[in-house]
Amino acid sequence: MVVCLIAADLRFNSLGKTRALLDTVTAPVIWVADIPASLGAWQDTNIRARRELLQDNERLQRENLLLQGRSLQMASVQAENTRLRGLLNSTAMLRNDVLVAELIGVSPDPVRQQLVLNKGARDGVYPGQPLIDADGLMGQVIDVGEFTSRVLLLTDLTHSIPVQVNRNGVRAIAEGTGSLDALEVQHISATTDIQEGDLLVSSGLGGRFPAGYPVGEVVLVQRDPGQPFARVVARPSAALNRSRHVLLVFVGVPEEPVPAAGES
Amino acid sequence: MTAANALIFAVVAASFLAAAVLAVLPLPYWLLWARPEWVALVLVYWCIALPDRVGIFTALLVGVLVDAVEGAVLGQNAFSLSVLALCALLVYQRLRVFSLWQQCGVVFLLIGLHQLIGQWVQNLEGAGARSLLFLLPAVSSALLWPGILHVLRGIRRHYRIS
Repeated sequence: MVVCLIAADLRFNSLGKTRALLDTVTAPVIWVADIPASLGAWQDTNIRARRELLQDNERLQRENLLLQGRSLQMASVQAENTRLRGLLNSTAMLRNDVLVAELIGVSPDPVRQQLVLNKGARDGVYPGQPLIDADGLMGQVIDVGEFTSRVLLLTDLTHSIPVQVNRNGVRAIAEGTGSLDALEVQHISATTDIQEGDLLVSSGLGGRFPAGYPVGEVVLVQRDPGQPFARVVARPSAALNRSRHVLLVFVGVPEEPVPAAGES
Repeated sequence: MTAANALIFAVVAASFLAAAVLAVLPLPYWLLWARPEWVALVLVYWCIALPDRVGIFTALLVGVLVDAVEGAVLGQNAFSLSVLALCALLVYQRLRVFSLWQQCGVVFLLIGLHQLIGQWVQNLEGAGARSLLFLLPAVSSALLWPGILHVLRGIRRHYRIS
């Protein structure tokens, strides 16, 4: 009986409904286990010296000014981009909506790199949905319960993501290694133009992740003349073991049409 | 179900729930590999204390729930916990008269077996451990056994369950 269960889950993926139900039933356990951590977070935000708050406020205002300054031209650049894309007859860029979620659990097994979030089917989360934080792509949703969902991180042993080098567009697959600070880029031939310091962004080719989100930075390129492929290791951009607040991305909300250049 | 049965059910269920919470509690990084198998320890205790009430079927049920909580392959813990319960039921009469340190030794073996089966299923999935570190919980669980025994026995005597 158990063997059937394992086979059904592993080989045929036929237990989606059961898993969702079990996830919903066991959500309270995860909530209770999260209480110490959330108490810590509460104490962090609510019990603070006035001086610290003032400092924080000042820093945030500075940051905000900087970001606003950077985004001033965003609207016009975006409009221009859309028009140019129109001229090139390529498809319109898609706007992605996001939902803020809070992390309430991490996988207890050091081999599995999964997170549990406090948003579930009730909030419209769906399996395969990408997850990002402020710095880059984190992973994708694998199970959705009614109130919680489970996320597989990019660095899990069983996870791969199509990427491309931001500098020149070389495409590759980045595989998880099971350790939180390394992705292995597979099948890069020894002559490919890829260097340490290159930024890898998602290429969107798999149809699962939206294109253009930072995935990692190449930290090691080893070219061994005896091997057909170079060994390329990247460090994930996202703070996989630090972020408590993360963003679930809803892929593919069409952008409002931008007026053509001559109209206005 | 009589009142006594209901009480036993409530106490056993509560102890398993507490163990499940401990099993997913965030731990510091250096302790990750040595996380004691709380649910397995509680199961072994109840198999020794109430062999006619807690057994393989309980283990199966608890195992599926643990799988869901931990995000493991459905059936991994159900399988390893039911084998664990079977072994505990085979030796419970001897285990009761063992000294504490002998009991720790047996618990070490039982939890080690539980970990091995878990690894076996994980390897099927392609997410097995790369070293023997996965056996570390057997050591930490065996060291915790006297504590578990003391606490659960205290609870059992308090509620006069037998």
